[in-house]
Amino acid sequence: MYESNGRKYFVVDGHVHFWDASPENQANKYGAGFINCFYDYHRNLSPEEYVWPLEKYQKYTEEDLIHDLFEIGYVDKAIFQPTYLKDFYVNGFNTTEANGALVRKHPDKLITNGAFDPRHGEEGLKAFEALVREWGLQGVKLYTAEWYGASKGWKLNEYWSYRYLEKCEELGVKNIHVHKGPTIWPLNRDAFDVHDVDHAASHFPELNFIVEHCGLPRLEDFCWIATQEPNVYGGLAVVMPFIHSRPAYFGQVVGELLYWIGEDRITFASDYAIWQPNWLIEKFVDFQIPEHMQSELGTISDDQKAKILGLNLARLYGLEVPPEMQVKGTEETAIASDPLSVP
Amino acid sequence: MTTVAEVLDALEGVRDPELDQTLVELGFVTDIAVDGAAVAVRLRLPTYFCAPNFAYLMVADARRAVETLGGVEMARIALEDHFTAEEINDAVGRGSGFTEAFPGEAQAGLDDLRALFQRKALTARQARLCDALLAAGCGEVDLVTLRVRELPPGADADRCRQLRRELGLGADPDAPAFVTGDGAPLAAAELPRFLRFARLVARSLEGNAGLCRGLLETRYDLTEPEEVAE
Repeated sequence: MYESNGRKYFVVDGHVHFWDASPENQANKYGAGFINCFYDYHRNLSPEEYVWPLEKYQKYTEEDLIHDLFEIGYVDKAIFQPTYLKDFYVNGFNTTEANGALVRKHPDKLITNGAFDPRHGEEGLKAFEALVREWGLQGVKLYTAEWYGASKGWKLNEYWSYRYLEKCEELGVKNIHVHKGPTIWPLNRDAFDVHDVDHAASHFPELNFIVEHCGLPRLEDFCWIATQEPNVYGGLAVVMPFIHSRPAYFGQVVGELLYWIGEDRITFASDYAIWQPNWLIEKFVDFQIPEHMQSELGTISDDQKAKILGLNLARLYGLEVPPEMQVKGTEETAIASDPLSVP
Repeated sequence: MTTVAEVLDALEGVRDPELDQTLVELGFVTDIAVDGAAVAVRLRLPTYFCAPNFAYLMVADARRAVETLGGVEMARIALEDHFTAEEINDAVGRGSGFTEAFPGEAQAGLDDLRALFQRKALTARQARLCDALLAAGCGEVDLVTLRVRELPPGADADRCRQLRRELGLGADPDAPAFVTGDGAPLAAAELPRFLRFARLVARSLEGNAGLCRGLLETRYDLTEPEEVAE
């Protein structure tokens, strides 16, 4: 819970990690390259006092996570988004099992999602069902740029992807978090394109598709599909830290999201340990869209901030919110709900 | 003999296709060496995992641009610190296409990808031109009747004409000043929606370029923009 000016905000951090990228766990140069790339995001977009040494960043402890998110942190509930990367890390980067072990110790604070990879076919489908039952999963995190043998990625609108999504429907795994990365099959296509999410979201109207990073670096493609699919959401991981280093750009992105998809489909996330939630939350509650942009992009209200910080994810994950932190009325509020002709 | 300055000048025409900015202004060119008719250029990118398709286009375009210079017989472009540097450098060095650089992983060449991002770049530039015209007192409805020759002079208008020619959309002085991605003139009725979306595309591209610059600075510990070594 975060309190400011007498108002209490219920905080759900929709994207956190408990990873092991230590040299001992790196399987090859790609594992080293991956964490170094993450570290540059961390160093480039964090306030100086929040920058960790590389060694701690490669592998931090359970105590660090609990401390940063909940002890000094304002987070009420945090959701693990596993990222396996088994081709890069011996034991995986962060798996459902590693996250689940922490969830069992702190069930009142943590939720873990699972993951599937359609390239694992029929065998994988059975393993996925067992994973869902073992951990009581409500959601999955899908990383379409995951490498698997010779394959450098996959798409959501393929036969086996649909088979797994059908299984999600059947098992009540409602929240599908989609994260795009720099590779895909086939490699000549734009790997960050989110149009496959558009197809899957139309095909599975009962599932919620939370596009991580709001589709960055394809904000325009994300907004375009999200206006047309009521079950598509924007996760703010990676968008949030711009509030510190480039607040005008952050204002543009938030203004655009409020316009295209509305306040009920935007969800807060820190992407811990890439960034610490506290400074993001403090700055967000104090944030306003810069005055010179307001005639076009409007402003953001405290109620809207409350929905984004926690109430929207609480709705998706069935979390109980103290009544004094609720906001009345959750009707769709996007202005741009009619399809555009793509220029 | 070709000079480093001439090579640099040739590279000024090579863009990151995703960001619509030149490799030189983005700080991607780190070294140019001229040895008689042989030129060697070193390139770097903001992350180890930048998308290989765009990386390939930059290396291939750089080679082509340098080899158009009179006096250059061979240009060797070396992309460094990238997970597919070897595949890309080898393929471009041999004169091979993208599908040969990544056998089995690509279904086709990169013409469609390039055209997709040329359309995004055109849309973004048009948004800036429209906003400049509106700020100068042009009425919204007048935007659809303007002609190419009436575009406010500058880098955005030059690049719009270039992109339209590259996309085969035509950029004659009497052609409509603003067009949709398939080259159709803008209709008055669709103008507000066009403007809204075009501004979003412009913000997206500018934001990505800003992130890339920041990551490059962090990755290579650049406190201020570097000059290309001459």
